This record gives sequence, structure tokens and C-alpha cells, in this order.
Amino acid sequence: MAGNREFFYRRLHSLLGVIPVGIFLVQHLVVNHFATKGPESFNRAASFMEHLPFRYFLEIFIIFLPLLFHAIYGLYIAFTAQNNVGRFGYFRNWMFMLQRLTGIITLIFVTWHVWQTRVQAAFGADVNYDMMANIVDNPFMLAFYIVGILSTVFHFSNGLWSFCVSWGLTVTPRSQQIFTYVTMIIFVALSIVGIRAILAFA
Amino acid sequence: MSEKKTIRLIVTRQDRPDSAPYEEEFEIPYRPNMNVISALMEIRRNPVNAKGEKTTPVTWDMNCLEEVCGACSMVINGKPRQSCTALIDKLEQPIRLEPMRTFPVVRDLQVDRSRMFDSLKKVKAWIPIDGTYDLGAGPRMPERKRQWAYELSKCMTCGVCLEACPNVNSKSNFIGPAPLSQVRLFNAHPTGAMHKEERLKAIMGDGGLANCGNSQNCVQSCPKGIPLTTSIAALNRATTVQAFRSFFGSDEV
Repeated sequence: MAGNREFFYRRLHSLLGVIPVGIFLVQHLVVNHFATKGPESFNRAASFMEHLPFRYFLEIFIIFLPLLFHAIYGLYIAFTAQNNVGRFGYFRNWMFMLQRLTGIITLIFVTWHVWQTRVQAAFGADVNYDMMANIVDNPFMLAFYIVGILSTVFHFSNGLWSFCVSWGLTVTPRSQQIFTYVTMIIFVALSIVGIRAILAFA
Repeated sequence: MSEKKTIRLIVTRQDRPDSAPYEEEFEIPYRPNMNVISALMEIRRNPVNAKGEKTTPVTWDMNCLEEVCGACSMVINGKPRQSCTALIDKLEQPIRLEPMRTFPVVRDLQVDRSRMFDSLKKVKAWIPIDGTYDLGAGPRMPERKRQWAYELSKCMTCGVCLEACPNVNSKSNFIGPAPLSQVRLFNAHPTGAMHKEERLKAIMGDGGLANCGNSQNCVQSCPKGIPLTTSIAALNRATTVQAFRSFFGSDEV
């Protein structure tokens, strides 16, 4: 396997982005959406997630380790590319560039978000509706969160497209084209879920 | 018609592989039906730049002059393509000529594409038919499949897809789309398929298939219209199966 590491790492990177990180993202956005039904509704959903059994195990193996690998290896991938959308302004080349750009924005956003919520919770803060409401009370933070959510959702949706190509699920140009439409619909749908939730805190 | 029509060219020149590139402008007389190569030949015949100074003739590579050898590839007005089929009447002036800098520049517009041939060797882009005795005729190939494979066989190793690819650069050792598509071609051949596994394992190594980032510039740029991204996706599927087989073993030999 020694000479085979790059292939393995790339495929692992692609897999982890969808399972479990992508699935966690969808779950997280759906739980946040409870905020649109009012503070109590959100607090009940958040407390359910907080009191799941094996919480630390789930957090480490479903969220932090896969996310860490995906982020660090993703940075390496992003910085080995030499973007050339100026010379080759094709649609997929733009998506290639945006995938790398949103990856970096998402990493900055997620790092900040984890610091502001999960790390503060470890220091004894209560994770509830009021915590988020206080954060997005600042218009700058609200804008930062909106950009972060859109960037994350784009990176996930377009990543789903390249996941299907990388694993050989969509081979023909027609299947890839149809999946472009599918992932764009996913982007719009998840963006609505995410933006509605963050605006519910504002 | 007293005024003589001319062509303006801006050529990126480089005297030695390790020297700094510089631009030189040329103004040459127009003739009907010229291509970039005949314009370069005109500069070679009379090496005088637009300022009227005597200079060295521009160096470039060429061979077949009918877009089947791939030797005369260069960056023309920002896009990599063959200079033999780049017609002057269809180009915006001044015409900018640059070398394909993804490859080491030998001199002026001439580049060294050796890495592509090394890659073809690495992926075993051939069909072994020699034995110590006459092996006889190989299995037959259906005509429909032969016609399909012919499209993949049009690759002339010109290097345009590598020049267009954002992941082929000095920071990565990605072999690029062209040799990958050749793996699909030779694995599709009934005799070539006998070495399918070796080729798949070669592209699963460092600098191989997994480096593709799906920018799909290659398929947009290929002068031969080779379905490079379909080849890459098909190989992604084949290597997925191969990876499981290598790890878990297989019921098939």
C-alpha cells in the first residue's frame, strides 16, 4: 500500500466529505431550522442532540476526526492547484475554482463557529437559542454567518457532484450534466434551510 | 490597394532553457490563406522585428502540418492549440504566440514534452503481442467497439490537455489526462485487456488518476475531441473495483 497512499488519501477525502461530514451538515442545518418555530422548539431539539448517548464518541468519530482530515488534506489539494479561469472560463473550471475557494472560506468559518459554540460549551457556556441570538445580534457576525453557511452548502453540493465522478458513479457526460442540475437544486434547497434558520436567531 | 496589408505578431521568446523570457514584436507581409506556421517561416526567412532591428529567427517545433502529429502545439492568443491549423484570417491581431509553459521550454516556442512519453511508458500504453513463438491471431474486436476505440486512439500526445489542466503544474506530479485516456483505450482492446490490472495499478500510484480535480478543461481543449473526462470517470469506476479487489481479493483471476 506504500506507493498507493495518494490514491487512498484522495478517495478517503472524497468519501469523508459526504459520509459522515456531509450527512452531519444536513442534520445540523435541519436541527437549526427548529429555530423558525421559536426558541423553545430550538432548545428542545438542541438539548435532544446534546443528550444523545455516547456523545463524545459520536462527536470525535462522526464530526471532528473526519472533518480534520478532510480540512487538512483539502488545504493541500487547494494549494496544489494553479487556477486558470482567466484563460479557460468554462463552467466546470469555475466550479473547480469555487470548490477550492469555498473550501477555504468554510474552514475559516467552521473553525470560528466551533470556537464560538462547542469550545465555549466546554468552558461551561450553555448552547441554546440565546447563545446564537447574542452572536448574530452583531450585524457583522450575521453577515459572516450567512456567507459561511452559503459557502459550506455550496462546497457540500458541488462536492457531491465530484464525489459521484471520483467514485465512478456518474461516467457519461449526460449523467454528469443531470447531476449538475441535481446538485444545484440541493444547493438552493439547503441554502434556504440554512438562511431561514440563521435569520430566525437574528 | 497601394497600401500593403501586414500581420502583427507578438512572440514570447526565450534564448536558453534557463534564461528569462521576453516579448518581441514582428510585422510581416500578409498573404492569403496563411497559418501561424507560414507566418513563423516568414520571420525565419527575414528575421527582422517590428522596430526594423535584425534578430534571431524564432524557434518552434513542427512536423506533419496537418494536425495529426501534435508537435507544433503552442499557446496562440491565450489558448493552447496546434499552430498548423491556426489560420491567420481567423485570429485576432496582434497574434500572441507563447510556449506551453507547463513543459520545460527549450527555446522560444519549442518545449520538451518528454514527460508525456515517460507517462505512456509508466501506464504501459501498448499491447504486448511478442512471444518466443508465434502466438497466433488475438481475439476479434467487434466493429462497433473498434470504431469507438478509434476516437480514443486519435490522441497525438500534443500536450494541450496538460497545458489546460489546473492540476498539472510544478507543484504536483499529476501525469495529466492524455496518458489516462490511453489506459482506457488499451484496456478496451481484447488483447490489451490481458494487462488491464497492471495499467490500473499504475494509474492508482502517485501522480495518477486521483489527482484529477474535474475542472474538465481538458475535454474542452482537446483538438481531437477525445472524451477525456468520460475516460477519467470510467477509470474512476474501474479503479474503485480494482481497489476492492486488491484489498479483499477476488473470485476472478
